[in-house]
Amino acid sequence: MMLSVQDLAVSRGGITILDAVSLTLQPGEALVLRGPNGIGKTTLLRTVAGLQLPVSGRVELPPEGAAYSGHADGLKATLTVAENLTFWARIYGQRDIAPALKAMNLETLADRDAQNLSAGQKRRLGLARLLVTGRGLWLLDEPTVSLDAASVALFAEAVRAHLKRGGAALMATHIDLGLEEATILDLAPFRAKTPAPGQGGGFDEAFA
Amino acid sequence: MLALLLRDLRLATRAGGGFGLSLAFFLIVTVLVPFGVGPEGGTLARIAPGILWVGALLSCLLSLDRIFALDREDGSLDLLATAPIPLEGVVAIKGLAHWLTTGLPLTLAAPVLGVLLNLPQSGFLWLTLSLLFGTPALSVIGTFGAALTVGLKRGGLLLSLLVLPLYIPTLIFGAEAAKRGAEGLATATPLLMLAGITAGTVAILPFAAAAAIRVNLR
Repeated sequence: MMLSVQDLAVSRGGITILDAVSLTLQPGEALVLRGPNGIGKTTLLRTVAGLQLPVSGRVELPPEGAAYSGHADGLKATLTVAENLTFWARIYGQRDIAPALKAMNLETLADRDAQNLSAGQKRRLGLARLLVTGRGLWLLDEPTVSLDAASVALFAEAVRAHLKRGGAALMATHIDLGLEEATILDLAPFRAKTPAPGQGGGFDEAFA
Repeated sequence: MLALLLRDLRLATRAGGGFGLSLAFFLIVTVLVPFGVGPEGGTLARIAPGILWVGALLSCLLSLDRIFALDREDGSLDLLATAPIPLEGVVAIKGLAHWLTTGLPLTLAAPVLGVLLNLPQSGFLWLTLSLLFGTPALSVIGTFGAALTVGLKRGGLLLSLLVLPLYIPTLIFGAEAAKRGAEGLATATPLLMLAGITAGTVAILPFAAAAAIRVNLR
């Protein structure tokens, strides 16, 4: 079991936006979250990653099981590509960054400062970070933003290899990655019905 | 953890890292004071320990908002919060990196700048010692303040207002130790108080700061 979410409700800005979300992921499975802007894809991913507390419900995943990738790539502009990647590798107790550079086609850029990369190249470096975490579950928030078609294919290949190794991925994306094995979960039916007045956002939230 | 420390030190010394900012500000303050107060040696010698301590404190304050704000902006803080190292450790390392890039250089520069303020010869050792014992507390308290204001846009003002009162005990005992040393009096009591403040803040504030960051990231 890579991830088990039971009856989860999440809130953004003190308003509950998703309610009664349940899902499970087994090794080798990928789940794509779909839904209109503002439905709560990012909030759900942040809650699963542990950056946010759920309003109710439970998130179960093995300890140190997930690697989160958000809208921002967490790159330092004045460090080179290799230095950025080496830093994250060492944080996760890994050593070798060569396979990640190769998988994301960054080998020729390894010695360039991150500030001199294009948006798509930065994104590729941000995704290469996932490969050096050694974590089983990838939580991906709009991973393909600013990637061209070739890079999207490259990324899909990396996800597929990750699934083959027994990993799992939970991602929010609007475009089709061409992953046949991925299941799609539309979040629209889980939209919270009526946010109860006074719920969250109040004084008590500071002590929650 | 070591990787984080090395990264922060490397970032600080690269272009735009703000490594020299505090040091330059400290230099400016100590160079300007004799022009403002007048070149009379006796007056300068009397106020030198206090001026040097206030200067060091304000220089320290100048670089605090960078501690977490930059990591927050580029998303690193989210990623560090989900990384396998505990957030308390991240905060402690951030404080240590801040001290190594501001507190330590300030401590080393202070005796040199003491010459400009006609600091009595007996005071140099005690000034250095008091800064060495006191500046870690400035960095750790500052890290806590930065953690409290990390989610705020332009949080620098609030950060200064939050942190300044917390800096006052350190300033009082630090300047007192340096002043007593310069006058040839016993310095043990203020130095011990200073070391106590530093030890206490180092022990407690990383936990408080980590809790503040967790709340701010939500």
